[in-house]
Amino acid sequence: MTWIDEWWTLFPSFLTGLLVSLELTVSALAVGLPLGILLALGSIVPQPYVRWPVIVIVEIGRGAPGLIVLYLVYFGLPQFNLTLSSFVSATIALGFTAGAYTAEIFRAGINAVPSGQREASRALGLGWVKELRLVILPQAVKVVIPPLVGFGILLFQGTSLAFVISVPELLSIAYNNASITYQFFGSLTLAGAMYAAVSIVAVSLLKLRRPNKAKAATNLSAVH
Amino acid sequence: MIELLKVLLAGVPQTVAITTSAFAVGAVLGLPLSMLRRSSLGPPRWCAASMVDVVRTVPPIVWLFIIYYGVGSGSLQLSTYQAATVGLGLVAAAHLSEIYRAGLEAVPAGQWEAVRALGVPPLPTYSRVILPQAMIVVVPPMASFAIALLKDSAVASVIGATDIAYRAVQQTQMDLNGLANFGMAGFLYILLSIPIAVVARGADRILMRKLTGA
Repeated sequence: MTWIDEWWTLFPSFLTGLLVSLELTVSALAVGLPLGILLALGSIVPQPYVRWPVIVIVEIGRGAPGLIVLYLVYFGLPQFNLTLSSFVSATIALGFTAGAYTAEIFRAGINAVPSGQREASRALGLGWVKELRLVILPQAVKVVIPPLVGFGILLFQGTSLAFVISVPELLSIAYNNASITYQFFGSLTLAGAMYAAVSIVAVSLLKLRRPNKAKAATNLSAVH
Repeated sequence: MIELLKVLLAGVPQTVAITTSAFAVGAVLGLPLSMLRRSSLGPPRWCAASMVDVVRTVPPIVWLFIIYYGVGSGSLQLSTYQAATVGLGLVAAAHLSEIYRAGLEAVPAGQWEAVRALGVPPLPTYSRVILPQAMIVVVPPMASFAIALLKDSAVASVIGATDIAYRAVQQTQMDLNGLANFGMAGFLYILLSIPIAVVARGADRILMRKLTGA
């Protein structure tokens, strides 16, 4: 009973933290998705002096722990006289990680477009840009959406790392509250429950949509 | 440069210890969880499924905090290493149980039927027929997960485990050279993930050879 009471009284102040977590997710995606598309395109261009550096960047972004990237941006950028707020630092760090991960998703999506489509657009004399814009990307988008939503959910969970550079997101609110009241268990489990609730709702929305997506994907292979 | 490397290398044993023990906990706990998940009875299956979902949708750092500050601050005192092993082990169990399940499901139904038709007892059913086939499917995603766990283990530094990330934070508080310290730390994590990939590839090759009998 006391547990429920505690959760109930904490809930309103935790909602402001959840809002910051969601804002951070959205702003990191706003940085990460365009970056991911650029890196994906960079990793498939024929020029090796573009392709190899891009592949190295993607592998570093995927290979280094998110926490380390966060610290690197927060403590490293001031060395270039670039002092940013903790929210902006977290956006850059999570955005870079998101870019590296989504680059692989976009690349897989582009590769999933049957090669006949490329050959046909080349035979029709479409340029590189038109081929991409009119033929490849519209088809790749269908394949890419379910894994992107999945990644978005992971990124939302990843925003909890911003606690370490004191962005006032959900975990920070929970921890600060607990260090005043000493109700660590109640406070932290409520934060955990809120992370789980948002993610589980998002996952079930994705599952609801999935039959259509699966159909779209099979249509794509039927074309081939 | 060499000094920095020495400082960070001192954190490697703790990073490796947390990763391997959490992986071991997860590999063991994941087994019963994956079996419950495949149970023909509804309630155990639903319980296991919702446990897996809840564990996977709460961020690892929140699990560490719940265990270290929430549970560990009461009568049960846990060291940072123990809390990290339990917290990340829990997360690993949920992920690995899903990987195991996918492996068991990848074995064609005809194999189960054939074993039953031949009257093979349960133990050799698993050890000689099902597991060798499931292993092939399971090894690559297990290796990817081990690498993900290695990276996630960095969050243990937040509760004070003296791993690579922790040493880099301490060093930065002293010399304010975040760029070099965290750059080097990130590089070390990437370096540590390479042996996992190599071992996984070797294991995959051996398993494949055994299965095809070549």
